[in-house]
Amino acid sequence: MSKFNTLNNTEHIPAEMFEFAQRDAVIHDKKLSTKSRGYFADAMIRFKKNKSSVVAAIIIGVLVLFAIITPIASPYTLDNKDNVFINMPPFIPYFANQGSSFFGGARTMDLSQTMLDNIKAIQQETGRNPLLKIKETKTVEVIKRGQKVKEYYYTADVCAFYNVGVRTLVMSYEEYEKIQRWQDETGIQVLYPVVNSDDIKGITDSPNIWYKVKDQKGTPALDKDGNLVPAYCTEKRLEGPVEYTSKRIAGDNGSYIYSLAKSGAVQCRVDYYNYYRYLNGGNEPFFIFGTNSLGQDLMTAIGIGARFSLIFAVLVSAINLTIGAFYGAIQGFYGGAVDLVLDRIADVLSSVPFIVTATLFQLHLAQKVGTVVSFLFAFVLTGWIGMAALTRKQFYRFKNQEFVYAAKTLGASDWRLMFKHIFPNSLGTIVTSCALVIPGVISSETNLTYLGIVNLSEMSGTTIGVLMSQGQAAMTSSPHVIFFPAIFISLLIISFNLFGNGLRDAFNPSTRGVDD
Amino acid sequence: MSHLKYIAQRVALMLLTLFIISLMCFILIRMLPPVPLPAGDPHTAVIEAKREALGYNKPYLVQFGIFLKGVLTRFDWGVSDKLYPGQEVAAIFFEKLPATMIVNLFSIILSIPIGISLGIFAALKKNTWIDHVISTVTMVAISVPSFVYAFLVQYFLAFKLGWFPFLFGSTIDGTPLGSISYFDPQFLWSMLPPILALSFGVIAGFTRTTRAELTEVLTSEFMLLARTKGLTKTQATVRHAMKNCMVVVLPSIFGEFIGILSGSLIIENIFSVPGVGELYLNSINGRDYPMFIMLTVFYTVIGLAAGIVVDISYGFIDPRIRVGSKK
Repeated sequence: MSKFNTLNNTEHIPAEMFEFAQRDAVIHDKKLSTKSRGYFADAMIRFKKNKSSVVAAIIIGVLVLFAIITPIASPYTLDNKDNVFINMPPFIPYFANQGSSFFGGARTMDLSQTMLDNIKAIQQETGRNPLLKIKETKTVEVIKRGQKVKEYYYTADVCAFYNVGVRTLVMSYEEYEKIQRWQDETGIQVLYPVVNSDDIKGITDSPNIWYKVKDQKGTPALDKDGNLVPAYCTEKRLEGPVEYTSKRIAGDNGSYIYSLAKSGAVQCRVDYYNYYRYLNGGNEPFFIFGTNSLGQDLMTAIGIGARFSLIFAVLVSAINLTIGAFYGAIQGFYGGAVDLVLDRIADVLSSVPFIVTATLFQLHLAQKVGTVVSFLFAFVLTGWIGMAALTRKQFYRFKNQEFVYAAKTLGASDWRLMFKHIFPNSLGTIVTSCALVIPGVISSETNLTYLGIVNLSEMSGTTIGVLMSQGQAAMTSSPHVIFFPAIFISLLIISFNLFGNGLRDAFNPSTRGVDD
Repeated sequence: MSHLKYIAQRVALMLLTLFIISLMCFILIRMLPPVPLPAGDPHTAVIEAKREALGYNKPYLVQFGIFLKGVLTRFDWGVSDKLYPGQEVAAIFFEKLPATMIVNLFSIILSIPIGISLGIFAALKKNTWIDHVISTVTMVAISVPSFVYAFLVQYFLAFKLGWFPFLFGSTIDGTPLGSISYFDPQFLWSMLPPILALSFGVIAGFTRTTRAELTEVLTSEFMLLARTKGLTKTQATVRHAMKNCMVVVLPSIFGEFIGILSGSLIIENIFSVPGVGELYLNSINGRDYPMFIMLTVFYTVIGLAAGIVVDISYGFIDPRIRVGSKK
C-alpha cells in the first residue's frame, strides 16, 4: 500500500500498474445478429415490394436502352430521306416475301379490277408480289350500254413498297451510265425498257403500265392465252444518246430501248425498289416502324427524339435541382425577411405562364444562343421553384433539431450547417421529387415541340413532339406514323410517373411497416 | 373579418404580381423589332397611326405607361399588326373566347360527375380489384399527354367508326357548318371530340383527388365515432366523410372552372377549334405582338385567379382552415 502514499505523484504512474478491467469479464450486450440496415437500403427494400414500380423501372430501362442503341445500331440516320418511300408502313422484306401483312409494309386498299390487274402486272415485271392478301371480293352488277355487266371490287392488303413498282425518272447521262455499271456489278435490274405513251393509248401518268391496253383507264388487252402483251418501245430514234450496254430484261431480244432522249438528259423507267438499293449501297429497305413524312426511318427518328428528350429532361432536372436546392436552402435556413423576399421573387416567376416564358425565350434568345439552349433556359427559369419550395420545407423541418444546434455550438459555419448537416437529411425527398420532375419536363417539351412553338429544325435532330406533328398530317392514311411516337411517349411518361410514385412511397418513412 | 382581410391581402398581392409580370413581358415583347408593314396597304396607315399614339419610339417605361392607361381607361389593347390588320385586338379576343369557354365548360361538366363518382367508388372499395383497376387507369390517364388522346379520339371515333366529325364545326362528311351556333345539335355533336379528348385528363385528376381524400377521411377517428353512435355505413359516409372530402375537391373544381378560360392549346390546334389557344399560336407564328401581349396578360390573370380562388375557397368551405383566423 506504500505505493499510493504519494498521491501527488499521480501524473507519473508506471504503465505496468494499469490492468484491464474487462479482459475476462463477460459482456452482457448482445451482439447484433442481423445486418444493420441504412436509410437507402431500407427504402430499396420497400421499393422492391412495389411491383408496379419495379416493372416501370424495367420499362424505363428498356426505353433508355432503345434510345441509346437504335441511333447507333440503325443503318439509317436522319439524313437518309427518301421522297418516294414516305409514310410507309412497317416493312421487313422477309415478311413481305412470305406474303404476311404483319411487317409486310401492308396497306389496306380498295381495288377495282383494273387496279388489281395493274398490281399483277407489277409482279410480272419486277418479280416482287405487292399483293399480300385479298380480304374481300365484292361483285357489283352495273348496266353498261344496256347490258348487265359484273364488276369486281376487292379489298386487299397491298405491300406499299412493292406496289411502287416502276417509276419514271429523268437523270443525267453520267447517272445513267453509273446505274448501268452498278447493274453489271450486282446483277440487279434497275432500268426497265421505256414505254412510249402513244403505244398505251396516251396514258402518261402511270409508269407501271408496260402492256398493251384497251382503253385510257388501263384495262389490259390480253392475248389469246390470257397473258399481257408487252408494249415496250422499240423505236431506236427515240433513245437517248448514251448507249445501253447493261443487263436486259427477260424476253428482250435487244430491240427494246431503255431510255428516252430529253434535252441534255435521259428519261428512264426505274424499278424504284432496286433503285433504292442502288442509292443505299445495295441494302434493301428495312423499316421496322415504317417511315415518316420525310421518308426517314421512323425507328431511328424515335430513337434520336427519345435520346434528346431524355438527355434534355435529365439536364433540366439536374440544373433545377441544383438551383432549387441552393435557393431553398438559403430561404429555409435564414428564414425571416430573406425568406419573404426570396419567396416573393419565386412567386412572381412562377406566375408567368410557362408557354409565355418558352415563347419569349424563343423569340429573344434563339438566334443568339441556339434553340436548344434557349429552350433549356426557359425550363430553368421557372423550373427550379418547385424544388426550392421542397428544400425550404425540409430545412424548416430540420434546422431546429439538436444535431444542428450541436454542430453550431462546435463552431460550424452556416454553409457547413446547411450542406453538411441539414441537406443530406432532405436528400431522399429531393431526389424522389426529381424522378417526378423528369416526366413533367418530357411532357411539356413534347407539347411545345408538337405545337411548333419551339422549332428545333436547325438542331438537325428531331423530337417525339415533332414526329407526332408530322404524323398528324397523314393520320388517316398512315396512322402508324403518329401511333409509334405516341406509344413511346405515353409509355415513357407513365413509367416515369409510376417509378417516381414508388420511389416517393419508398423514401417516405411514414409508410414504413405499412402494407396495404 | 380577418378572412376578408386575408382576401384583400391576396388580391392586392395578385395585382402586384400581375403588374410586375405584365411590365416584364411587355418590355420583352416591345424589345422585339416591330413587324414591317406592307407598303400601300390601307391598314398600314391605321396601324402606323396607332403605333405612333402608343409611343413606339419612346422609352419602354413610357410605352408601358401609355399602354396601361389605354387598357385601364378605354380597355384599348391596341390593333392587330399581322393577323387581322387594323382591327382591335380586344374585339378579336372576345370573338374567340366563347369557343374555348364552351368546349372547356362542357368538358368539365362531363368530367366532374364521372371523376368524383369514380373516386368515391374506388375509395369505398379500397384495396379490392375495382380500386386497383380504377387507380391504375387513373394513373395512366393522367400520364398520357393530351395530344395522344386527341389522336385516339380523332383516329378511332372520328375516322374508323365515323361517329364524329373530324374537326370542330363541320359535319361528319367534312363540310364546314359555317357560322358558329352553339345550340345547333349538329354543332354540339362536332364539339364532342375535343371535349372528350380534354376530359380524360380532367376525369383522372378528379378521380385521383377524390379517392386520395376520401380514403384518408374514411380512416379517421370521427368516422369510427359516427359508426359507434349508430349511423349506418352509408349515412356516415354521406354525412361525414363526403363533407370532409369536399373540402379538398370543391376548390379544385373552382380552380378548374377558372382554368377553362385558358383552354388547351393542343386540343384547339388539333381539332381546329377557333378559340383563344389557336389565336395564341397564330399570334406567335404570325408575329402579331399586340395580340401576343394581350394573351400573355390574359394567361397570367387566369393562372393567378385560379390560384387565388382555390386558396380563398378553402376558407369559405371549411372555417377551420381560414388562414387569417389564426390570431
